[in-house]
Amino acid sequence: MADYTVVENVRIGANTMLMRLSGPTDCFTAPGQFVNISIPGLTLRRPISVCDLQPGLLTIVYDIVGKGTEAMAHAEIGQKYNILPALGNGFTINPDSVNPVLFGGGVGCPPLYLLAKSLMLKGLRPAVVLGFNDKNRIIMKEMFEALGLPVYIATMDGSEGVKGYVTDAVREAGLEPDYFYACGPAPMMRALCQHYDVPGQVSLEARMACGFGICACCAIKTVNGPKGVCKNGPVFGKEEIIWE
Amino acid sequence: MGINDINANPLEVELCGVPLKNPVIPASGCFAFGYVMAPYYDLNVLGSISIKGTTLHPRFGNPLPRVAECTEGLINSVGLQNPGVDAVIANEIPKLRECFAGPIMANISGFSVDEYRECCRRMEGTEQVAFIELNVSCPNVHGGGMSFGTSTKHVAEVVKAVKEVTTLPVIVKLTPNVTDIVSIARAAEDAGADGICVINTLLGMRIDLKTRKPIVANTMGGFSGRAVFPVALRMVWQVSHACSIPVVGCGGVASAEDVLEMMMAGATAVEVGTANLINPYAAKEIVEDLPRAMAKYNIKNLNELR
Repeated sequence: MADYTVVENVRIGANTMLMRLSGPTDCFTAPGQFVNISIPGLTLRRPISVCDLQPGLLTIVYDIVGKGTEAMAHAEIGQKYNILPALGNGFTINPDSVNPVLFGGGVGCPPLYLLAKSLMLKGLRPAVVLGFNDKNRIIMKEMFEALGLPVYIATMDGSEGVKGYVTDAVREAGLEPDYFYACGPAPMMRALCQHYDVPGQVSLEARMACGFGICACCAIKTVNGPKGVCKNGPVFGKEEIIWE
Repeated sequence: MGINDINANPLEVELCGVPLKNPVIPASGCFAFGYVMAPYYDLNVLGSISIKGTTLHPRFGNPLPRVAECTEGLINSVGLQNPGVDAVIANEIPKLRECFAGPIMANISGFSVDEYRECCRRMEGTEQVAFIELNVSCPNVHGGGMSFGTSTKHVAEVVKAVKEVTTLPVIVKLTPNVTDIVSIARAAEDAGADGICVINTLLGMRIDLKTRKPIVANTMGGFSGRAVFPVALRMVWQVSHACSIPVVGCGGVASAEDVLEMMMAGATAVEVGTANLINPYAAKEIVEDLPRAMAKYNIKNLNELR
């Protein structure tokens, strides 16, 4: 637990903000971890996934969805937030995969950015496939392109890129991934786990109270018994989750 | 202060004959099985730990979402998720013993008198378990705890059944969702309870303005957090004045001052629940802040408050 200071807070999409905060970053151990942010005046912390890390600098990307993120959107430079950092397990890089693909859906895209950088450090060049409802909701396309990675877009209404799901974009692009890493809305994660014939990992979202494994508010059923999305996740192997 | 008191720990209290190095106990359901918190701080600073509510059989609990935010509090409907008493004894408590040497409070729930009795019978003899905390009040499970804790007859039945099979002190944790807390507490005492814990959560709900539907999947849930402190304090006062067995105060405690206030109302020990979910160091910080708060109000030893 530490205080972090806002050094940047800018709009990067119709309803999406990017915030950079200065504070401790040595505690993070894997891409796909999240932070739990205390918002003055609100009881519960807000869990937000880590988008990027540089020494002493934490980057998060968040949609404005409720009171907490609305207050964050109005935060000015110099505002301090009490944060529980480095929560959750994060993605485990599969050492056997040589041709991975990253699937991002909407505001699930951010944690894939740090993952992409981690994969690149291992000499891999993942394809990035991002899905959105429509072209006005697209975020982070340029950020991934700036890493020099191939980026493919799918939109539900076909207003940009391939019309349909991220898996449609993979098929259309003729990609043949041997592994996937994904973060996005529950229906997308479910479809990837149940109907996509490639092994992989998914990062889940759940309404949380504590964020560190003591309240059991975010439990899901897995083949290894009940697991907390906050403490045992948010990343699970695709075979691990029992979908209801 | 007499010569014999010079080395005495001014925070030490005795709960149902068991000495506690201080009165602060993380509340059941707000600390898992304890060991998850060991990376945050040395759990041995705590007086006791009330572990996650345990039932005879494993339970997944209620569907998600299980939590809704409120002003100075939250609503939960976890629904007694736990791996069942045998797994708690075999897997969870041993892990807690590795990082906590103090007395453990086993929080037990059931859906029939027989389940309560069998669960407590199996817990008997588990090393370091020093108290049974009978949850007769969880508002989340249909046809479950609620029906026991709202009836003097049913509370008495459960307490009598459990006392037959355990040698441990039995502390009955009562629901505040009743007309007359005193009559329920007296029924528990008359049936042989060794202590009373008040309060469990208040039944509440929230609606999502966008979907126009209840936020928690189970519609209603238990309301806890700072907002409930005055209700809890009032019930600690009422029960401690009506009963002669010790009272454990629980509900909205988030500071050393809250602990002192609970003890002034008649509590022997004090549980800290929701505060742990917001600040993982809450219980430790309260223990460490007690000497300052005591000095401020000229309290030399916590036992002088009772």
